[in-house]
Amino acid sequence: MIMQPASTEIASRTAAIVQELKGLEGPLLPILHGIQEEFGHVPQDALPVIAEALNISKAEVHGVVTFYHDYRSHPAGRHVLKLCQAEACQSMGSDAVAAKLKQLLGIGFHETARDGSVTLEPVYCLGLCACAPSAMLDGEVIGRLDDEKLDEIVAEVRS
Amino acid sequence: MIARIYVPGDSGALALGAEKVAIAIEKELADRGIEAKIVRNGSRGAYFLEPMVEVATEKGRVAYGPVQPSEVKSLFDSGFLTGGHHKRWLGAPDKIPFLARQTRLTFARCGVINPLSLDHYKAHGGLKGLQNAVAIAPAEIVKQVTESGLRGRGGAGFPTGIKWKTVLDTTADKKYIVCNADEGDSATFADRMIMEGDPFVLIEGMAIAGVATGATKGFVYIRSEYPHAVAMMQKAVEAARKAGLLGLNVLGSPNAFDMEIRVGAGAYVCGEETSLLNSLEGKRGVVRAKPPLPAIQGLFGKPTVINNVISLASVPVIMDKGAAFYKDFGMGRSRGTIPIQIAGNVRYGGLFEAAFGMTLGEIVDDIGGGTATGRPVKAVQVGGPLGAYFPRSLFDTPFDYEAFAAKDGLIGHAGITVFDDSADMLKQARFAMEFCAIESCGKCTPCRIGSTRGVETIDKIARGIEPEKQIELVTDLCNTMKFGSLCALGGFTPYPVMSAINHFRDDFKPAPVAEAAE
Repeated sequence: MIMQPASTEIASRTAAIVQELKGLEGPLLPILHGIQEEFGHVPQDALPVIAEALNISKAEVHGVVTFYHDYRSHPAGRHVLKLCQAEACQSMGSDAVAAKLKQLLGIGFHETARDGSVTLEPVYCLGLCACAPSAMLDGEVIGRLDDEKLDEIVAEVRS
Repeated sequence: MIARIYVPGDSGALALGAEKVAIAIEKELADRGIEAKIVRNGSRGAYFLEPMVEVATEKGRVAYGPVQPSEVKSLFDSGFLTGGHHKRWLGAPDKIPFLARQTRLTFARCGVINPLSLDHYKAHGGLKGLQNAVAIAPAEIVKQVTESGLRGRGGAGFPTGIKWKTVLDTTADKKYIVCNADEGDSATFADRMIMEGDPFVLIEGMAIAGVATGATKGFVYIRSEYPHAVAMMQKAVEAARKAGLLGLNVLGSPNAFDMEIRVGAGAYVCGEETSLLNSLEGKRGVVRAKPPLPAIQGLFGKPTVINNVISLASVPVIMDKGAAFYKDFGMGRSRGTIPIQIAGNVRYGGLFEAAFGMTLGEIVDDIGGGTATGRPVKAVQVGGPLGAYFPRSLFDTPFDYEAFAAKDGLIGHAGITVFDDSADMLKQARFAMEFCAIESCGKCTPCRIGSTRGVETIDKIARGIEPEKQIELVTDLCNTMKFGSLCALGGFTPYPVMSAINHFRDDFKPAPVAEAAE
């Protein structure tokens, strides 16, 4: 079970991040990246704090958060596994890799395992197109996925 | 002399186990009590040989690859520190056929030097372009870039010098240089390789752009899927600042220029220049209508040069060796070199920088060596998810902006994905529409709605519901998307869809009942 911080705590930690970054030109994306790094997602309670500090409406902040695929509304699992599903990986059988991983992990794309071990996400290109099919596990890149590597990944996220 | 061992820190090499190889080498060095320096260089781009380890010997560098961690011990046993023979021995890296056949101008240093060493950078010809640039008038720099014939390597192919001239001629209290490093197209990794393997060349290119146009601030907008490139660029910018390459007096000249690294948030459409500008400003990455051109009203409403990584990274060599030198390469209106990225189901995948003009067939068959699976090549997609699928019958098309346009295709960012005969082109056409639907910014109707209707209509073809009528409908829809969309996402999605339909019509015929489509 992942503990959620109380809303006052979210507000104060958000305020610190905003304070640090609001001097940048166009600070909203860096702020949101900072918040997601801090909390693992962008909590609703952070939005009014950002809106007030940047003198924009809460709706505007919400609009930006929901536009970008990276910002999560809920915390991810302990591991995040991104599986490339773009054309170069398709040409090397990424469909089959996805099907196998989904079966091994018991979850689909955009889902988190019930034990909170892993979140599985599709990604459209990791720039590893000459070593397809590829994936990224917690920021580490993996190329030329095969059955052996999939088993290693599954073992790692479950350990 | 302390031995020097090169183990790439490039993402592609890391994805194939370079980190484990580096650790194994360190351990072996410690066990044997050998003193040596491990340099984490970029990749030379021959990914079928990665992880490719190199050692500096008295007779020059010797490469070994692809090296597995378990083979490191035997490398030492074979005396690899002095170039000894081993089954992974490749000899001098620049003699490896895949690399020897290239013309490396933009990627001259990539994979050769320590990416974070300015001394290495300078020793290999770095900073000469910027030194020349600060010594002449801005209009003269713009003239040279224009005369070189350099066109936007991001995909649009717009002449770089003309863009710069517009910014130079527009008066404003502040101007910006924005580098588009939101390299989202599948099959492309040239931007990533430069940022990870030779980051100073991009910084130098941006500084030259700043000096040429009077812009004092630069941003590099890098996609979040490239964490290693982001980290490398941040370190390189800091080093450049310390060395006086960036700051109030670029290389001691009266020109001020500084830059910041910004990270995207997973939106493909932010690779479109106006959408990227909105994203940098902290807004939804929605496309802007043009005019006004970004060169007149760009970032925060100020005149802005927005160029792709490779365009900017090609400027230093132009300013160093001259416009005529660069222009001498290439064909027709496509001048200079282009880093072709050979990817997907291909035997020898990697980055191949060459003058424009090679045929598609030479690239796929001679350089790429056909498919990795050994099956016949069925189709190649050129230019990423918005590029057309080419059948073998069009393999005589030369790699040139105009020649590809004449065949209803595009070069884009020069990525090529090879597919073998197991590819289902109806599925690929459907994916093109689906991808457009997922990534549409939603501003214009043809892209937002058209892509979803496109998926539905192609699904009907797959189910055999009046296929001829549906193909007519998709063709009409593609026409609307092509001419009615605000940007290239909706406007170019028809390329993969229509090329699949036109060149691979058999895949769109109703499947026999026994093997009905998924």
